Amino acid sequence: MQYSMKYIFGFAAAVCFVCSILISTANVALRERQEVNKLLDKQKSVLQAAWLVQPGEKVDRARVEEIFQNIRPRVLDVTTGQLLDAAGEDEFDESKAPEMPAPDNNAGIRTMPEKVQIYEVMEDGRVTMLVLPIVGKGLWSTMKGFLALDADGRTIRGLTYYEQAETPGLGGEVDNPRWKALWPGRLAYDDAGKPAIQVIKGPAGTPEEAPYEVDGLSGATLTSRGVTNMLQFWLGENGYAPFLKSFGKSGRA
Amino acid sequence: MKLSRKEKEALVDPLFNNNPIALQVLGICSALAVTTNMATALVMSMAVVFVTAGSSTVVSFLRNNIPPNIRIIVQLSVIASFVILTDQILKAYLFDISKQLSVFVGLIITNCIVMGRAEAYAMQNGPWLSFLDGVGNALGYTLILVAVGFFRELFGAGSLFGFVILRPVTAGGWYEPNGLMLLAPSAFFLIGVIIWVLRVWKPEQVENS
Repeated sequence: MQYSMKYIFGFAAAVCFVCSILISTANVALRERQEVNKLLDKQKSVLQAAWLVQPGEKVDRARVEEIFQNIRPRVLDVTTGQLLDAAGEDEFDESKAPEMPAPDNNAGIRTMPEKVQIYEVMEDGRVTMLVLPIVGKGLWSTMKGFLALDADGRTIRGLTYYEQAETPGLGGEVDNPRWKALWPGRLAYDDAGKPAIQVIKGPAGTPEEAPYEVDGLSGATLTSRGVTNMLQFWLGENGYAPFLKSFGKSGRA
Repeated sequence: MKLSRKEKEALVDPLFNNNPIALQVLGICSALAVTTNMATALVMSMAVVFVTAGSSTVVSFLRNNIPPNIRIIVQLSVIASFVILTDQILKAYLFDISKQLSVFVGLIITNCIVMGRAEAYAMQNGPWLSFLDGVGNALGYTLILVAVGFFRELFGAGSLFGFVILRPVTAGGWYEPNGLMLLAPSAFFLIGVIIWVLRVWKPEQVENS
């Protein structure tokens, strides 16, 4: 059967129209749920980094929201190390934060956001913990995670990656709760205030024996090095060091 | 409900006799990527069932009105719409798994099984038969994915659906997980073994050399 040009165009247009209506409807109808999921996912990582939930614990929305009552999201201007005023924080959208070229580093970071969302874990009106986003290159992938620091700005309370695509079973073990359990209690900075924490090769021992070292991931030297490099970068002068110093003086801890 | 012989054929044939992965060797890409564990393999399969069944049905409804010179692009538009719909639904209701499946849900668009059924079957047969054929082929895909996922998760991580079966050394147990199972090439080996077994069982599938 021969179809006229007019019919062909008409048919194509009709198909496109119906398809686009269908997709836009689904998109609009489901967007809210998707946003909630995304936020929830992020909040869960924050809780994991801070060990406010235990590995394997079933964490539903109500539980996350309950714990988050005591967690205050803040917006940090990385360039100045100052927290922004509470106003406008609800509208802060990390994906839209302006990027700037990162200073020379060996963590594979080319651009970094000027402003980041950090989280203050509160207890009786005082900050007990800071949860800071970190990002950097592993072996294959850009790894994104959170570092939880004690309010002293020095003691690590936990580390979690929520996005990484390292080799499963090797570098992917950054996700292993047993490895993550090695972090709390170690020190991010040495006595002179320089970033000192690093992932070494082989076992490091307890936090008392080796306050600045964490066991390497066996078979994943490059992923381990990536973790070290990104921590060194974000804890350094171009990262959170200025903020942590001013936070220490602010007396909010 | 009683199915006629033809209907039964459309539904059941693709499982063993004419399996899209094992015999036609289609849809291998996602079979490698999403089978590291059972949960993702199963959800991916369900997504493919939905997309293949839906797009075959719709294409079949339209089959007498589609101008032949734009039929491929029309099929693709239908398939793409179903895929995007699936992706949106997964993101809204199964967020964790959709995060693990990442781009592979979107890549169902390029899965040769979906397009193959639309072009080879739905363009010639009625909606009900096409629906059954779509479901059947996607179930054939499911069968292989779940089988591969079963072995990969069990031997690669020592668990099934996340429940620990063989406690791995890294979690204080005795089982040394087989790292190869977590990497894509292991799916090649497993699919190869499945094809072998299938052809020993049904020798008529062996190609003449």
